[in-house]
Amino acid sequence: MTSTVQPGAPTATEPRTSRFTRRPRTTEESPAHWSVKAAVVIICFFWIVPAFGALITSFRNEADANNSGWWTALNPANWGSFTFGNYHDAIVNAQLGQAFINSLAISLPATFIPILIAAFAAYAFTFMQFPGRDVMFLIIVSLLVVPNFVAMVPLLQIYGSLGLGGTFVSVWLFHIGFGMSLAIFLFRNYMATLPREIIESAKVDGASHYATFYRLILPMSTPVLASFAIFQFLWVWNDLLVALVFIGPGENAPLTVAVKNNLIGQQGQGWNIVTAGGILTLILPVIVFLSMQRYFVRGLTAGSVKG
Amino acid sequence: MGIKIANTILTVVAGVGVALVLYWLLNKLAELLPGRWEDRLKPYLYILPAVAAICLYVLYPGLQTIEYSFANATSTKFVGFDNYTKLFSSNGFQQTILTTLVWIVVAPVAAVLLGLLVATLVDRLSPRGEKTAKTIVFLPLAISAVGAGTIWRLVYAYAPAGQPQIGIQNAIVTALGFDPVAWLTIRTFYLNTLLLIVMFLWLQMGFSMVLLSAAIKGVPTDTMEAGRVDGANERQIFRRIVVPQIMPTVVTVYVTVLIGVLKLFDVVYVMTNGNFNTNVLATEFFNQLFTNFNNGFAAAIVVITILAVIPVMIFQVRQFRLQEANR
Repeated sequence: MTSTVQPGAPTATEPRTSRFTRRPRTTEESPAHWSVKAAVVIICFFWIVPAFGALITSFRNEADANNSGWWTALNPANWGSFTFGNYHDAIVNAQLGQAFINSLAISLPATFIPILIAAFAAYAFTFMQFPGRDVMFLIIVSLLVVPNFVAMVPLLQIYGSLGLGGTFVSVWLFHIGFGMSLAIFLFRNYMATLPREIIESAKVDGASHYATFYRLILPMSTPVLASFAIFQFLWVWNDLLVALVFIGPGENAPLTVAVKNNLIGQQGQGWNIVTAGGILTLILPVIVFLSMQRYFVRGLTAGSVKG
Repeated sequence: MGIKIANTILTVVAGVGVALVLYWLLNKLAELLPGRWEDRLKPYLYILPAVAAICLYVLYPGLQTIEYSFANATSTKFVGFDNYTKLFSSNGFQQTILTTLVWIVVAPVAAVLLGLLVATLVDRLSPRGEKTAKTIVFLPLAISAVGAGTIWRLVYAYAPAGQPQIGIQNAIVTALGFDPVAWLTIRTFYLNTLLLIVMFLWLQMGFSMVLLSAAIKGVPTDTMEAGRVDGANERQIFRRIVVPQIMPTVVTVYVTVLIGVLKLFDVVYVMTNGNFNTNVLATEFFNQLFTNFNNGFAAAIVVITILAVIPVMIFQVRQFRLQEANR
C-alpha cells in the first residue's frame, strides 16, 4: 500500500475506489474522542473562513464591502443589500469575460494536444526494445522537476524574432513542451502495469504495433490519460508566470493575468470587485476538481513535482 | 468572442488531427523500409515528436540559458562570472536568497507536520466526517494563487487605527485592544514571509495530507495491535510503529513541497510583488527579465535555481530506479 504513494503512483491494477474510502478495520473502535472532533472542526474552520469571507464580499455593494468587515453582512438585517452587480462589473468592466474565454482558449489545446504525442512515446518506452531507451527515459524522469522558467529567457527572444510574442500559439507550445515529460512518465508507468499477455497475444494474431496501440493500449489507458488531462488543465488554467511572460496584459490575457493586472494591481478597485474576480477564476477549477477528484488524486505525486 | 471559441475548438481538433496524421505517416514510412530496418527504426519514430518537443522547449533553452548567464544584459557579449559576482554582492539579492531560505526551511517541514497531524486526526473520524474534512482541506489545491491571492489579501487587509477593519485578522487584533498591523509589510522575523507561507500551506497542505493519510491507512493493523498488546500507548505506537513505516511517503512529500518552494512565483508576486523583503528567486527572475530587462541576471538566477534543484533531480531518478527494481 505504501508503494502507491511513491512518485509515479498510478497503476492499472490499483483498486478503482477513491483514496478517501477507508480500509476495513480489523478491530472494533470506539467513536472518535470529542477532542479529535473539535480539532478537525477548528482546522476545517480555518480552511473555510478565508474563502467564505471572499465569497460573501463578492456579493456586497461597494460601500458596504469597503467600509465594514464581511462578517457584519451575516446579520440577516443586512441581507437585503446583497447584489450580483460585482460579477457584472468584473466580467464587463474589468474584462474578465473576455479573459475567461482566453483562459479556455489557452488551456484546452495545451491540455489535449500533448496526450496523443506522449501516449505514442510512452508506448514505445514500454513495449518496444531499442538502444538508448532506458537512458532517454531516465533523462525524462529527471526533467520532470525542472522549473519552467529555465526556458523563458531564450524562448522570449526566439518568439520575438518569429513574431509569436503575445499569441496563444506561444503558450500552447510552451505548455506542450513542459507537460510532455510528466505525460510520458505517467503514461509509461501506467502502461507498464497492463497485463503483458494481451500485447503478446495481439502480436501472435499478427497485429502491428500501430494497431495494438490504437485498439488495445490507448483504450485501456483512459484512466491515466484522464488524470493527466485534469492535471494539465488545472495547471495551465491556474498558471500566471508563463502567461505573464509570453502573453502579458491585453486582449489575449487569461483570467489570472487579468485579475492580477485589472483588479489586484489597480489602486481603488473595491474589495467587492476584487473578490468577485477571484471567485470567477476558481469556479471552473473547483467544478473540474470536484467532479474528477478520483483521477486527480491518481496523478498527484508525479504531477506535483512538475516544474 | 465567438471567433475565439471557434478557434479554440478548431485548434484542439486540428492539433489532435495533425498528430494522428503525423503518426500514420511515420508508421507508413517505417513500413516502407525493409523488415529489419522497420523494427529498428519504428521506436525512434514513435518517440520522435515527444522527444523533439522536450528538446526544443526544455533542453535547448535550458542550455542556452546557462550560456546567457555568462553574457551581458542583452546577451550580446560574454562577461564571464560578472553576473554572478554582481548578484551575490548586491544587498537586494542577498536578501532574496535569505528569504528563499526561510521558505525552504519552513514550508516543506510545516507541510509535512501539518499534513501528518490532519491525516492522523481525520483517520479517527467516521468515514463521512473524514471524507468531508479531507475534501475541504484538499480543495484549495485546485485553485490558482491569483484566486487565493484575492482571498488572502482580504484576510490580511489593513486600515489605519480608528477606521473599521475589513480584514478579519486585523479585526480580531483590534477587538483584543491592540493596534491594527499592516501585516504584509512587517519584515521583522520575516513575519510577512511567514504569513505568505500560511497562505501557501492553505493552498498546498491538502496534498501532503492526502498522501500521508493513504500511507497511514497502509500501515498493517496487526503491527499496531502487537504494539498495543505489548503495552505501548497511542503516542508510542505512532512514533515507533507508524512513523517508521510511512517514512518513504514523508520523504516524497517533503521533496515535492521543496520543489514547489524552489520554483515558487505566483504567491509572492500576487501578494507583495516581492516588496518588504519577501522577494524570492523566481520573482527576482521575473523582475530582472521584465523590469530591468537584464537577460544576464535573469539567466544567472535560473542557473542558481537549477543548482538547487539538481540534488532533488538525483533523488527523483534514484527513487524511480528503486521503484523499477521492485516492479
